[in-house]
Amino acid sequence: MSAALLEVEDLCVDRGGVRVLDGVSFALQPGETLGIVGESGSGKSTLARAVLRLLEAARGRVRWRGRDLLAIPERELRAMRREMQMVFQDPASSLDPRMTVAASVAEPLAIHGLAHRATLAARVAGRLQQVELGPELLHRYPHELSGGQAQRVALARALATGPSLLVADEALSALDVSLQAQMVNLLRDLRATLSIACLYISHDLRMAAYFCDRIAVLSRGRIVEISDPATLVRDPRHAATRALIAAASSSTLTST
Amino acid sequence: MRFQTPEGSPAPVRRVSFNLQRGESLGLIGESGSGKTTVALSLLRLLPRTAQISGRIELGGENLLGLSEGELTRRRGARIAMVFHDPLAALNPVLRIGTQIAETVRAHRSASRKDSWAAALGLLRRVGLAEEVARGYPHQLSGGMRQRALIATALACGPAVLVADEPTSALDPVAQGGIVELLRQLRDEGVALLLATHDLGLAARLCDRIAVLYAGRIVERGTTAEVLARPRHPYTMGLLRSLPPPLGSSSDARLQPVAGSVPPPWATFSGCRFRDRCPRAGDDCAPREPELVEDAGGEVACFHPLEAR
Repeated sequence: MSAALLEVEDLCVDRGGVRVLDGVSFALQPGETLGIVGESGSGKSTLARAVLRLLEAARGRVRWRGRDLLAIPERELRAMRREMQMVFQDPASSLDPRMTVAASVAEPLAIHGLAHRATLAARVAGRLQQVELGPELLHRYPHELSGGQAQRVALARALATGPSLLVADEALSALDVSLQAQMVNLLRDLRATLSIACLYISHDLRMAAYFCDRIAVLSRGRIVEISDPATLVRDPRHAATRALIAAASSSTLTST
Repeated sequence: MRFQTPEGSPAPVRRVSFNLQRGESLGLIGESGSGKTTVALSLLRLLPRTAQISGRIELGGENLLGLSEGELTRRRGARIAMVFHDPLAALNPVLRIGTQIAETVRAHRSASRKDSWAAALGLLRRVGLAEEVARGYPHQLSGGMRQRALIATALACGPAVLVADEPTSALDPVAQGGIVELLRQLRDEGVALLLATHDLGLAARLCDRIAVLYAGRIVERGTTAEVLARPRHPYTMGLLRSLPPPLGSSSDARLQPVAGSVPPPWATFSGCRFRDRCPRAGDDCAPREPELVEDAGGEVACFHPLEAR
């Protein structure tokens, strides 16, 4: 386990005196995709944010390539964030409405001191190409984009600094089915070519089972089960897992 | 209930026709921009004043498009009611749940405060909520409970038709299951249900028939079992192929969604509106638009439909 990209140990988060994340531990290998699934309120998004130190943990350790993320000073943390990026559910609220696509994708490069005037335009265009968007979108604003295009721009922005970890928090949920499928195909391609690790947070067990190497089931702030999708579905150990499986199976079209 | 709009209007929905029987559920399936919400809202004439509607919307033999605003207000809620996808936005945050339901009861029939409150409690029980919920406020309820409370409000005056626009999309899968059960039960009690959704799985669980909308037109229609098991229109097939494999399947194959995205509402079309994205399109798709025609038990609007098998 010493080669793990990310190790989370006994992570706890309190909110308003309530423990919303309780003793969560897992490890993520480089290039691995771990799904975090659970009902609303199970703590999925809290976990994502606590791992990236976007909110304060009450207890526990988060090791990034062996270093304790929760203990290092803010300045160093900022530099490390270059390696860990996030995509949110709603691209309309994660993109700045006053910034063009080009500016949005270039901003993380500037923040991390990676913007060199000579190469910037080419890098930005390259990132857009990576998410299968054409250069004609460079000078558009978010309101001029479709939902699917906006989410691809958010992904291009997240990939701009060349991260080793992508945290996707319900990144597909707001999209239509055909756009979800296009996006998951794209994520699978990128994962393969960039060997990027992914924390995939979702309430959609069926998509998670298709996309992830392993799945952790979160219930009331605890990981109640973690295994590969096939084992999880064949031999669920916890009631929360069974409930998610039942809900996902009753909507499979072959069952009607 | 019957619904028809003729050709020639600039509205994003064109020439959509369907009928709905008592105790039946019809799914209007479509992605964003397909016009499903437009149809749902037009049934209650809730579209903005700038919208031009033509055609007929008949409810129990009466054309809703011919009614005055006052007459219409009396029909809404009493004969036809709507459930929206976001119950938090549809419920009043500063009124107790019971008060909101009782208010709706009194809006349509003269009842004392006491009687309308008692009616509200009965409605809450009918949608599977405890009577104590009546004293609570929307923010104190879970998403699933809020949606039940909203359905109770919609049922307050015993409508014949319930229009539900993505009633479960704001809920997690476990809460969704409960709402599906409730809507099924209402259908079985004789309410006609029109479900507008992008979720094929939801339609499969809830609808007797489905109509697939693409860019404002119905491209395929039939019984749910037939359409989902043997889709004829390439777009319907593309939607089904966008879904990840069922749980327990070890398939790792790439998903095969429809390429591209739904055209914007202002797009104009010549010929078949799906042909730019269609893997089966030929030269004959360009000059004119295919009509929805009966074909092997269902209806499809396509010059090159998939094999009926």
